[in-house]
Amino acid sequence: MTNVALTVNGERREADVEPRQLLVYFLRDQLGLKGTNVGCDTSSCGACTVLVDGESVKSCTVLAVQADGSDVTTIEGLAAGDDLHPVQQAFHEQHGLQCGFCTPGFVMATVSLLRESPSPSESEIRQALEGNLCRCTGYHNIVRAVEAAAKAGA
Amino acid sequence: MIPAEFAYHRAESLDDAIEALGRDPDAKLLAGGHSLIPALRLRIARPSVLVDVGRLEDLRYVRDDGDRIAIGALTRHAQLAVDPVLGHGCAVVARAAALVGDPQVRHRGTIGGSVAHADPASDLPTVLLALDASLVARGPDGERTIPVSSFFIGPFTTALAAREVLTEIRIPKVDRGVYLKHTRRAQDWATVGVAAVVADGTTHVALASMGPTPVRARAVEDALANGAGAAEAAARAGEGTEPPSDVSGSGEYRAHLAQVYVRRALEQL
Repeated sequence: MTNVALTVNGERREADVEPRQLLVYFLRDQLGLKGTNVGCDTSSCGACTVLVDGESVKSCTVLAVQADGSDVTTIEGLAAGDDLHPVQQAFHEQHGLQCGFCTPGFVMATVSLLRESPSPSESEIRQALEGNLCRCTGYHNIVRAVEAAAKAGA
Repeated sequence: MIPAEFAYHRAESLDDAIEALGRDPDAKLLAGGHSLIPALRLRIARPSVLVDVGRLEDLRYVRDDGDRIAIGALTRHAQLAVDPVLGHGCAVVARAAALVGDPQVRHRGTIGGSVAHADPASDLPTVLLALDASLVARGPDGERTIPVSSFFIGPFTTALAAREVLTEIRIPKVDRGVYLKHTRRAQDWATVGVAAVVADGTTHVALASMGPTPVRARAVEDALANGAGAAEAAARAGEGTEPPSDVSGSGEYRAHLAQVYVRRALEQL
């Protein structure tokens, strides 16, 4: 076992992990943060996207030991109490989801995108979300939600 | 899928990493992990110990060295894509880095990891081959420089010795370069990739996914040197290649794609 200490959603968390423990299972099973979904489990679908030091990563393809010392944000860390994060609010208002399984990943990928590029074009949005799959074919409204979030200054 | 058990060693320095590799013949280096971790999960790779070099910040840089550019092996794709030194001196590398995987992959994956992994469908190794890059490796006996033309030996096999660490990639400054790839779906590996650059007045062309390693399209280069136009030269893109047949396409289809994409790349050059 290896000891890891990291900040998750602003709280310092410390735990012993097996070196092979993947970040997504560390978050879900050891910390109980089940908002991050496991979709394809092969770094394709992006459902497990979280922020590590402010940048989007697929947490099924990062070892917990690699995140030691990092600042991790999951979907649970976005809202301020009952107030949704502007990206969450935009997905809600623009119907940017259907079944909702891919949504935490899309929201986290969007937060990362808008940090790097605050007012992306539609084409840039589509390129930037290529690592996230929605099987309800909801891409049009997702793109609208990202545009709305950008306008809201998310 | 969960990887098989392994021990973990976080390298504190390059020397520490080299020493750790020497302690165990089944040790494997971990950089960004975006080739290795999927392989661990599929249990294609089962190293006894992972030596994590991911925190060696002194191997993360892009440096202007006058007539060439030096790139630290741990520089991430996302950094390469926006690096101003590359943007001015060798923009084709920045543009190719921006096409690797997807944004999440580019936030973690490193150029050194991609090169040392040596996937024949990989983008940056193909661009480096067209550029005649030099690769710097450090081992227990010191440092050596390996020309990229003798670096890729086979699929996932390189000239690196078991205890060597790839530390730096050196590329010439070129102002004309194009990298194009054909993918069936977003974020796929290249069914075929084409890098074309003009260095010292000659056009170099390299291909991804057209054999067991990235390959130079020598017949295309010779035709161009003898005055052929883009379409005439591109018709020879399949010569000397061994394109594989797999779910992304047959060898015959790849040979056709190579001709189309070489022509497009030459026209854009």
